[in-house]
Amino acid sequence: MSSAMYERMRANPKFQELVTRRGRFAWVLSIIVLTMFYGFVMVVAFSPATLGQPIAEGSKVTVGVAVELFMFIFFWVLTALYVRRANTEFDVLTQEVVKEAWKGQK
Amino acid sequence: MMRHLITATGLLGFASLVFAADAVGVTEKQATNWHAIIMFCIFVALTMGITYWAASRTKSTADFYTAGGGITGFQNGLAIAGDYMSAATLLGLTAMVYLQGYDGYIYMMCFFAGWPIILFLMAERLRNLGKFTFSDITAYRLDQGKVRTMAAVSSLTVVCFYLIAQMVGAGQLIKLLFGLEYKVAIFAVGILMMVYVTFGGMVATTWVQIIKAGMLLFGGTLVMFLAMSEFGFSFTNLLDKAMSVHSLGDKLMQPGSFLADPVTAISLGLGLMFGTAGLPHILMRFFTVSDAKEARKSVLYASGFVAYFFNVIFLMGLTGILIVGQNPEFFEGGDIAGKLIGGGNMVAMHLAKAVGGNMLLGFLAAVAFATILAVVSGLALAGASAISHDIYARVIKKGQASEAAEIRVSKIATVCLGFVAIVLGIAFEKQNIAFMVGLAFGVAAAANFPVLILSMYWKGLTTRGALWAGYGGLVSAVVFVVLSKSVWVDVFGFAAAPFPYTQPALFAMPIAFLLAFIFSKSDNSVRAGQEKEAFEDQYVRAQTGFGAAAAANH
Repeated sequence: MSSAMYERMRANPKFQELVTRRGRFAWVLSIIVLTMFYGFVMVVAFSPATLGQPIAEGSKVTVGVAVELFMFIFFWVLTALYVRRANTEFDVLTQEVVKEAWKGQK
Repeated sequence: MMRHLITATGLLGFASLVFAADAVGVTEKQATNWHAIIMFCIFVALTMGITYWAASRTKSTADFYTAGGGITGFQNGLAIAGDYMSAATLLGLTAMVYLQGYDGYIYMMCFFAGWPIILFLMAERLRNLGKFTFSDITAYRLDQGKVRTMAAVSSLTVVCFYLIAQMVGAGQLIKLLFGLEYKVAIFAVGILMMVYVTFGGMVATTWVQIIKAGMLLFGGTLVMFLAMSEFGFSFTNLLDKAMSVHSLGDKLMQPGSFLADPVTAISLGLGLMFGTAGLPHILMRFFTVSDAKEARKSVLYASGFVAYFFNVIFLMGLTGILIVGQNPEFFEGGDIAGKLIGGGNMVAMHLAKAVGGNMLLGFLAAVAFATILAVVSGLALAGASAISHDIYARVIKKGQASEAAEIRVSKIATVCLGFVAIVLGIAFEKQNIAFMVGLAFGVAAAANFPVLILSMYWKGLTTRGALWAGYGGLVSAVVFVVLSKSVWVDVFGFAAAPFPYTQPALFAMPIAFLLAFIFSKSDNSVRAGQEKEAFEDQYVRAQTGFGAAAAANH
């Protein structure tokens, strides 16, 4: 039974839509995080002086501290964005796909 | 201690120092700290009460392994954060910021950055495909017997290395924080862990972790708040004063020696990011929630708590520079140029005492010890489930074992792991175990993670490819660590290490992926064809969660 259900879900255009939309969203966010994180690691390794500059003339706070604090917050905001969209929009779509596959069962 | 390690390990060894912080080196016994002991006893009494309650709710295998899927996203988020924030996070990272300033902050970012990736690429598929252990996913369409055996071997390897580090850490910490004997800690942790896990299963293990995480967040926040009040809650003011007294001076907030070498930097980043995504006790937490929705929320809360706490630690380390570093009371012989009483890892504890007196010190010390206990319990449960669910129920009994028998085996396995942990804890007391946690992360990143991610994303993965990747990753991670300085020179005493880097991930992970690719592509057996076909159904289930193990029995 399961296999027939999976077959019907796969054939449903909404399933393709779900996979494409959620997949694209997840990968875009992942690439943002990976690029920023490894970019940051590269700057630490190759150009530490960049991060050592003060954020303003005479300030003791460096660019590095500001960038990191930003990354902590920004990465968390990205996770919040993903959870929000996945738990509403994508889950509604998922439920529709499953429901329609059940209808095909009868 | 930290200071000695820094001079000893030098530039390239910095990454291993970081793991050394997790392992906690040999410490000196301090005066008996009754506040801490009493508060820890209260914690134990409370968690024992919970275990008693949990025992009445632990009847089926689903209850035992995954708390019946009845943990909410928020609770699970706290528990995951608790699993991730060990005693070393509190003590080692505070000490690192205290000594190295900004470098400690960079390191925390490396520890954090894996969480968003786990959410985007893994969380929902893990929940939709898995039931009790992560081998449920890797073995979904592959040869159950072989793949589960392989996953159990690498899981147990990770669990054992991690257990040794935690047990030795517990023994060293009890001398420092409670002023008790090393062996007292080993037996206390070993026995309490057996009680939590065998009687209360995942329900008790999760609640122990949640309570501890709550205490850790509360204690850290309180210390940070009291310490910052001395600087009028002004970060600029704090930095001004800290830079005027710290030996790094104006360089305090600049990248220092840490990650000066790009190969080590990337390797460490990969190891921490993907090692986290391959730790069996963390992966298991994804199966304790009811569905993918809650699994996603778990990561959202967990990463929020971790990010918050890292920033608290950053402030604790910086305020410690002034409050602890300038107070002769905390130095041996009252000389602030000398050694901190109890060693470098004691910054967080001294800070608690300075801002909150003996009560706060006792509380934080009890939390640090409770942390080890909670992490060890999670590890033991993950190890026991690899033995009972994967090896016993699926490989030996081929899925024909009764639930009662499976639970019995996992309880016996827990008790055995408890004794193994006690024996290893005592055996490794005087050993240099700085490499153990690094090794655990290395094996998790190179053996568990590649097979897990490929089984979810790559249709072409076959049993043969998975086995080569799993065993290949395991062997290469271990070999690279053994040939690196932290084992070859520091443990075996050879003059020079054949492998020049301290982190195996950058080298061992590609080997695992390459082996998976080569041996899957060249696999033209009938079975391989069926496995590739079975990916289609697996894919639909991974995406929709249809057919996933539901919140059973609740």
